Amino acid sequence: MRRHLQLGIKQLTASYADGHISPRLVADTALDDAVKLKTLNAFVRLTPELALHQANESAHRYKEGQIHSNLDGVPIAIKDNFSTAGVLTTCASRMLEDFVPPYDATVYARLREAGTVLLGKTNMDQFAMGAGTVDSIYGPTKNVWSDDLSKDNWRIAGGSSGGSASAVAAGICYAAIGSDTGGSTRNPASYCGVVGLKPTYGLVSRYGLIPLVNSMDVPGIFTRSIADCVEVLNTVAGPDVKDSTTIRRPFKRLQLPKLEEIDLRSVRIGIPKEYHCEGLSTEMLETWTKVADLLESGGATVRQVSLPNTAASIFVYTILNQCEVASNMARYDGIEYGHRATDDRSTEQLYAHSRAEGFNHVVKTRILTGNFLLLRKNYDHYFEKALRVRRLIAQDFAKVFEAGSVEENVDILLTPTTLSDAPLYKDFAAQSNRDQCAVQDFCTQPANMAGIPAVSIPVRLSKAGLPLSLQLMSNTLNEELLLTVASWIENQVGFDCLQNKHVYEARS
Amino acid sequence: MRKYFLAPLQVRQLATQPKLAVKPNHQWKSVVGLEVHAQISSTSKLFSGSGTTFGAPLNSAVSFFDASIPGTLPVLNRKCVESGIKTALALGCQVNEVSMFDRKHYFYADLPNGYQITQQRAALANNGKISFPVITPGTKVYYKSVKLLQLQLEQDSGKSLHDDELKRSLVDLNRAGLPLMELVFAPDLETGEEAASLVKELMLILRRLHTCSCKMEEGALRVDANISIHKTGEPLGVRTEVKNIGSVRSISQAISYEINRQIKQVAAGGIITNETRSWDADGRRTVAMRDKEVLQDYRFMPEPNLPPLHVNLKPGSQSTEDLISVAALSEEIPELPEHTRQRLVEHYKLNSETAIILVNEPILLEHFLNITKSLMDVPTKVVTNFLINDLLTYCNKINVDVEDCALSSTDLKDVLKSLHSEEINLQAARQLIELLHNNPKTDINTLIEQHNLQQISDLNTIESYCQQAINNQPTAAQQYRKGKTKALFALAGEVAKLSAQKANMKIVVQCLEKLLKD
Repeated sequence: MRRHLQLGIKQLTASYADGHISPRLVADTALDDAVKLKTLNAFVRLTPELALHQANESAHRYKEGQIHSNLDGVPIAIKDNFSTAGVLTTCASRMLEDFVPPYDATVYARLREAGTVLLGKTNMDQFAMGAGTVDSIYGPTKNVWSDDLSKDNWRIAGGSSGGSASAVAAGICYAAIGSDTGGSTRNPASYCGVVGLKPTYGLVSRYGLIPLVNSMDVPGIFTRSIADCVEVLNTVAGPDVKDSTTIRRPFKRLQLPKLEEIDLRSVRIGIPKEYHCEGLSTEMLETWTKVADLLESGGATVRQVSLPNTAASIFVYTILNQCEVASNMARYDGIEYGHRATDDRSTEQLYAHSRAEGFNHVVKTRILTGNFLLLRKNYDHYFEKALRVRRLIAQDFAKVFEAGSVEENVDILLTPTTLSDAPLYKDFAAQSNRDQCAVQDFCTQPANMAGIPAVSIPVRLSKAGLPLSLQLMSNTLNEELLLTVASWIENQVGFDCLQNKHVYEARS
Repeated sequence: MRKYFLAPLQVRQLATQPKLAVKPNHQWKSVVGLEVHAQISSTSKLFSGSGTTFGAPLNSAVSFFDASIPGTLPVLNRKCVESGIKTALALGCQVNEVSMFDRKHYFYADLPNGYQITQQRAALANNGKISFPVITPGTKVYYKSVKLLQLQLEQDSGKSLHDDELKRSLVDLNRAGLPLMELVFAPDLETGEEAASLVKELMLILRRLHTCSCKMEEGALRVDANISIHKTGEPLGVRTEVKNIGSVRSISQAISYEINRQIKQVAAGGIITNETRSWDADGRRTVAMRDKEVLQDYRFMPEPNLPPLHVNLKPGSQSTEDLISVAALSEEIPELPEHTRQRLVEHYKLNSETAIILVNEPILLEHFLNITKSLMDVPTKVVTNFLINDLLTYCNKINVDVEDCALSSTDLKDVLKSLHSEEINLQAARQLIELLHNNPKTDINTLIEQHNLQQISDLNTIESYCQQAINNQPTAAQQYRKGKTKALFALAGEVAKLSAQKANMKIVVQCLEKLLKD
C-alpha cells in the first residue's frame, strides 16, 4: 500500500502510462494523506474538487495516450502567494483573507497545462516575511521530523515556504512551488530534508507571484529528488512576456548526465571561508566537511575561496527588503480588494484602519522602516548605498565564477544552507522576526542579491534525528552543472526523505 | 492690410478680459514655466493591454494590472516609447540611450498601486527646445524660444468621483495607466500670451506627429503653470502653481490673472506663498487649492519590475524586436509647423502673418493647399483672403470651430472658381459659405440657381440700375460731378441694393463713371 510514494516523478508517470496505477487513485490518496497529516498544518487550503477533476482529466489523457507532459497526473502543492484563478490566495494574511485572484500565476498556469494535479495552497509567513512559517494567520507549520508534535515541543519547518516543504517532506505531494527571496525555499527545504531549488533570477516568471522583493523574488521548487526537481524546472522555466524581467533567451531544457557518467574531474568546488560563521553548529560543519571531502575523493577540485562582502550582505538585504516591501504593500488600501475596515469616515481613516487591521506586526514594522529609509533625506545613505554594496556582493560571485585564471575560478560553491538543524519552536519564537531572519538567511540571501541559482540538498540526519542540508551555488544560468553535482552528492549520501518514521506513523 | 488680417485671429484666441490685462508695469518682471502632460495616442495603456477609448463605460478598460491586482507586472508598451521618442526628436531633445522607471509613492483612492510609475532619475529625453510665434493683440508678432528640460514617460492615475449627496466617493480606473508624456519646460516665459502660444505650437507639433490628440476638453493635454514675480535685478520670487487649466484660452487668462494677483498682493504689502492654485474658468480667477499634502515626500524608488529602457542611438541603425532605433524613428518625423510656415512664405509668397494663421488653423492650411493645387490661376492672396476673411469670419460669427465647418476643400474651391470667373460676386460667395454649411452635400451650381446668386454682368441691365441709382440719389450724383469721387460709393451701394447685391461691381463702377461724365 502507498508504494507509489517511493516513486520518483518519472516512475510515477511511467506507472500511469502502464496502467499500473491511476492519477485518480494517487490524487485520492494524496488528499487523504493531507487530511491525516493536518496536524503539520502544511496546507492552508485543500482544493479537492479541482484536484479530482484534474486527476480524472489526466487519467483520461493516459487512456487516450495523449498526455500533456512528463508531469501529467502528478500531485503538486502551491504556496499561498501564487495566484490561482478562482482559488483563495491569501499570503497567509488577514489583508488578503478573502482574496480570490482572477488569474493564474505563470508558474501555476504552466504546471496546470502540463497536467499536474493541484492539491491545495500551502502555509507561509505573512507575505513571505519570515524564516519559520510561524507568522501565519492559519497558525504555524510543524516540521514532520519533530519527535514531539505537542505543545511547543515541535521543530519549525523553516520558512517562509514551510508549508510547501512540509507537504513534500511528508510525502503528500511529489513537488511543490515556493518562493525564494532570501532563502524562503532553501531554508525550509533544509530543515525538512527535501531538495529546494532557487533558480537564476529571471529564469522562471514571477507573474502572479505576490511580491516581497521584486528584484530578488524567484519561484522555488521543492521535490524529494534532484531528478524530480529537473522535471519541474523544465516545465516552469523560460521567458514570459508578462514578466519583463524574465531572461528573453529561449530556455533550453536541462538534461542531466546519467549518474554513472558524471565526471567530477572537470568540476572545481569552492568553499567560501566567510560562510564558516558564528553560530554554525558542529554537526553542520562536520556535514560540510564530509561532503567537501566526498567531492574531492570523487575527483573534483576543492578549494577555499573568499567572498569578502558576505558579512555585509544580510544588512544590505534587510534594507532593500524593507524598502521594496514598503512600496509593494502600498497597494493594500482596502479600495480595490483585500481587507477593508469599517471606519470610512475619511479615505485616510479607511486606509489607516484597513492597513492596521490587515497586516501583522512584522509587515507593519518593515513598511514603516522601508518608508523611513526611502525618505528623500535618507535615500542616498541607505537605499543607494545598499545598491552599491549589492553590486559588490554580486561582483564577489562574478570573481570566483568568471574572472581570473582557470586555477583561481570555481564552478560550484558549497556552503551550509542553514547554520544548524531545525530549531525548536519555543527557541525560535523567543527571538524577534528581525533576529530570526538575520540568522536564518545568512547563508542563503547572498544568492538572491546576486541573482545566481542555488539548491539545498539534504545530506544526513543530526543526532536529534533532523535533516542537515547543504547549499550549492553556481554562476547565473548554470543550473545544469549545479544540479548535476547535486545529484552526484544525492546519490553518494543516499538520504531518503521518506525514511522518516513519522511520515508513516501519522498516516496509520 | 495687416489689421484686416489679424482681426479674426484676435477674436478667436486672444480675447483677453480687459479687467485681467496687466498694465505695463516696468517695475515687476514675471516668470512663467510650464509643465505639460500629454496623453500619448495609443490603442493600449502604457503598461497593460487595456483600451484607451475616451468615454468608455466606467471601469470597463481596466486590466488586472491597472487595478493593482497583486502579482501582476507592468509590460512597457513599445508604441508609447516610439511616440515619446518621436516627440522628443521633433522638439530637438537628446534622447537618452538608457532611461529608467521609478515609483513615486502617495496614497490616493484613484492611485491603485499606491505609487505612480514615472521617470525621475533618467528620463527618456532631455535638453530640447521649442520656438514659436507669439501673437498678442496690438503687438507685432515675435518669436520666442523656450528650453524643454525633460520629456518623461509616466502612467496616469484613475479618477475619483465624489457624490456629495450620498457622501461617498467612487473610483473610475479607465484612466489609470494611460500613457502620458510629461514635458517640463524651463521658466523662460513672461506672459500668459507667450504661454498660450507655446502650448498652441506644441499642440500643432503633437498633432502632426499623431502622438497626442491634444484634446484639452478630454484631458488629453493638461497644462500646469508655475508663476512668480520679482523686481529687475532681484532674485526670483516665490512661485505658485496653477492647475486645472482647461483650454488654450484659459492658459493666457489664468497666467495673466495670477501675475496680476501677485503684483497686487505684494503691492498691498502681502507675501506670496508657495501654493497650488486652481483656475476657476467661470469666475475667471485662480483660487487656492486645499492643501491636502503637507510637504509630500514621494519616496522615489527604482521600479524593479521594468529593466532599464535601452534605445539604439547609432546613426543609420534599424529597429529590431528588442531595440528601438532612434535614427529609424527620426525618418518618420513629418514636416513641422515652422517649416511649413517658411515654405508658405517662400513657395507661395505669403506674408508671414498669413502663414502663421494658416498653420495655426490646420484645416485652413489643408484648404489652402488643396485649393491652390487645383486653381493654379487664382492668386494665392485671393485664396487666403477668402479663407481668412470670409470663411473664418463666418465661422466666428456663428461660433463654430472652423474644423467643424461643413465646407470641404472642394466646396471652397468651387466657390472661389465661380468668384474668380465672375460668375458670382463676393457677396454671393459669402452667402454660398452659409448655404453650403447649412446644406452640406448640395451641388454649388444648384445653390446658385436656387438662390439666384448669379452675378449680373449684362451691360444694359446694369446701365438701367445705374440710371435708377442716379435718379434715386441726385445729391450723390451732384457731389460726384463736383469732384467728390467718394460719392460714387454711395451710388454703387444703391446699385447693389437695387440689384439685390448681384450686380458686378466692377462693371457698375465703370458704368456709373461713364453715365456721370456724360
